[in-house]
Amino acid sequence: MKQLKTELFMDTFLQQTFNAISLGAIYSLFALGYALVFSVLGVLNLAHSALFMWGAFIGLIATDHWGLPLWVAFPLAMLGAGLLSVALEIVAFRPLRRRNAARISQLISSIGAAILLVNIAQLIFLEIYSRTEGYFPRDLISNEPIIIESLSLRISPVRVVIVVAALVLMVALQYMVTNTRVGQQMRAVAFNQRIAGLLGINVSTIFILTFFLAGALGGAAGMFYGLVFGTVDPFIGQDIALIGLTAIVLGGMGNIQGALVGGFLVAAIQTLSTAVGGSSYRNAIVFVLLFLILLVRPQGLLGQAESTRA
Amino acid sequence: MDPIIDALLSVLRPIGITEIVLQFMLVNAILGVSIYLTLYTGMFSLANAGFMAIGAYAGVLITTQLDLPLFAGLIGGMVLAGIIALPIGYPVLRLKDIYLAIATIGFGEVVRIMILNFDSLVASTLSNIEGERVRFELLGGARGIRSIPKLTETWHLMLFLLVIMFLLIRLHRSRFGRAMAAIRQDESAAANMGIDVVYIKNAVFILSAMLAGAAGAFNGHLTRIVTPDAFGFDKAVDILAFAVLGGMGTWVGPIVGGLVLTALPEVLRFLKEYRGVFNGLVLLVVIVYLPGGLINPTGWRKTWRWLTRRISGDPPETPAPSAPSNTDGGD
Repeated sequence: MKQLKTELFMDTFLQQTFNAISLGAIYSLFALGYALVFSVLGVLNLAHSALFMWGAFIGLIATDHWGLPLWVAFPLAMLGAGLLSVALEIVAFRPLRRRNAARISQLISSIGAAILLVNIAQLIFLEIYSRTEGYFPRDLISNEPIIIESLSLRISPVRVVIVVAALVLMVALQYMVTNTRVGQQMRAVAFNQRIAGLLGINVSTIFILTFFLAGALGGAAGMFYGLVFGTVDPFIGQDIALIGLTAIVLGGMGNIQGALVGGFLVAAIQTLSTAVGGSSYRNAIVFVLLFLILLVRPQGLLGQAESTRA
Repeated sequence: MDPIIDALLSVLRPIGITEIVLQFMLVNAILGVSIYLTLYTGMFSLANAGFMAIGAYAGVLITTQLDLPLFAGLIGGMVLAGIIALPIGYPVLRLKDIYLAIATIGFGEVVRIMILNFDSLVASTLSNIEGERVRFELLGGARGIRSIPKLTETWHLMLFLLVIMFLLIRLHRSRFGRAMAAIRQDESAAANMGIDVVYIKNAVFILSAMLAGAAGAFNGHLTRIVTPDAFGFDKAVDILAFAVLGGMGTWVGPIVGGLVLTALPEVLRFLKEYRGVFNGLVLLVVIVYLPGGLINPTGWRKTWRWLTRRISGDPPETPAPSAPSNTDGGD
């Protein structure tokens, strides 16, 4: 009897672990965008969740409305979200930076931009679907679950695709930041804008590139989210905005590896708390954690202390 | 007070502001003051929506469950919000800038989720103690509390706002108020001058929470329904927008911001489905092009000079390098 119970536990444990990994892949991709902008510009872009939603939305329109295949729709979603992100930089952040405004003003303008983007999406949703949600076509990726008998694991192919694609994107970003010239320039700008500018780096271009990359990653996360859960509405960014915040605070604001770790950690905590105590408290636990980390270790788990912070 | 309100309404009604709209405008003006207090002390807190929720639920429970008058509900809501603000503020106010913003956003969400699950939590705890299934219903979960009596009158709100305004004027001339401004300008310098920074910050945080709680109690008896979803992150942003639009430089700003931003959708009826787009645009345009908000005399003069120069076609004078602010992490 006891043997059976342990086996059952192990089964669900493996299943839940896999679910947590695929959820964590989405959170991490999303948090990467947050962290990228924060590390290079030192501002918190609260409109990032709107870009996430737009990524899912563009993917939805491409597959459902225009009937494009996934391999076209996915780059399109990333491109669209990336371009929107660049527009955001030009409209909402650059004028404030030029004026040398406080960081809080940039936070507020990003909130304004987020409201704007969400409401525009809502109008377009109503126009196309005459309601505020849309459904991804079911047959984009095979529906047959992959069943591994020996571990009694049921894996939906969508989640496999997502985990693989997310890992590819993360590795590509890491390679870009550490090993390419552009990546070096980005790190130089992150370290000190003024000196980087004096060394001949075009700071504005780097900013635009950073925003593009962040938006594209957020859009990819949004598209994945839509594929996993099937439905998309203009408000899917709300929950993930705070989850992403928790992830980057956990990992240390503006720390790229930290964002990855934070994303997977939040997903693990959510999955675990859902398995133990039901789904109603999973976000409460995440936010209590956010609260405690900020108080005890504001530089995050992987971050280094910085005097200008808390 | 009735003749004054009637006179006011007869002016406002033609532009689409009915009595109920006026009441919401006044509630939001109170919320504007609530966030103004923390901003004036240099604390970027977004916890107001959470405290508003606490005040609303406490106030409504006092009037509906205990059958006490609105005044008792108001006091109860304010006191409870203040009591909860104390243990929250003490650790959190050590944080600055966006870190404080994030922590207070987290607080608001925790409050919302707690209210959402309060009934089931109590029910399951009671069931564990009693050993049998117990039904428990107080806050109503996601459905909220319904059919609350409409007790809030326009004159309540007006009187409350007038009292606050009087106290604000007194505050600005007091030692306490000057200490608040000093902390905003430079916290370390203020501490060096002998200001008890921790005490002032916490006191302001509690005051702000109490005002938000009062607004919540009033609001609950206006809308006649309170649901946890009404006090989410969106509400926190709305409250912030009052201060941003009105301008954070003077206490008049957030009040005007609250009044204007609530009235605008009613006055501009044709906006209807574009209301959300409009709200976002207002926030974005004001913070980018009108950083001081609506009530900001120096800012308006500057804008006016810039406009006249543009129109007359004079060569633009070389812009003076703006003094780098100490909160800016630009370099």
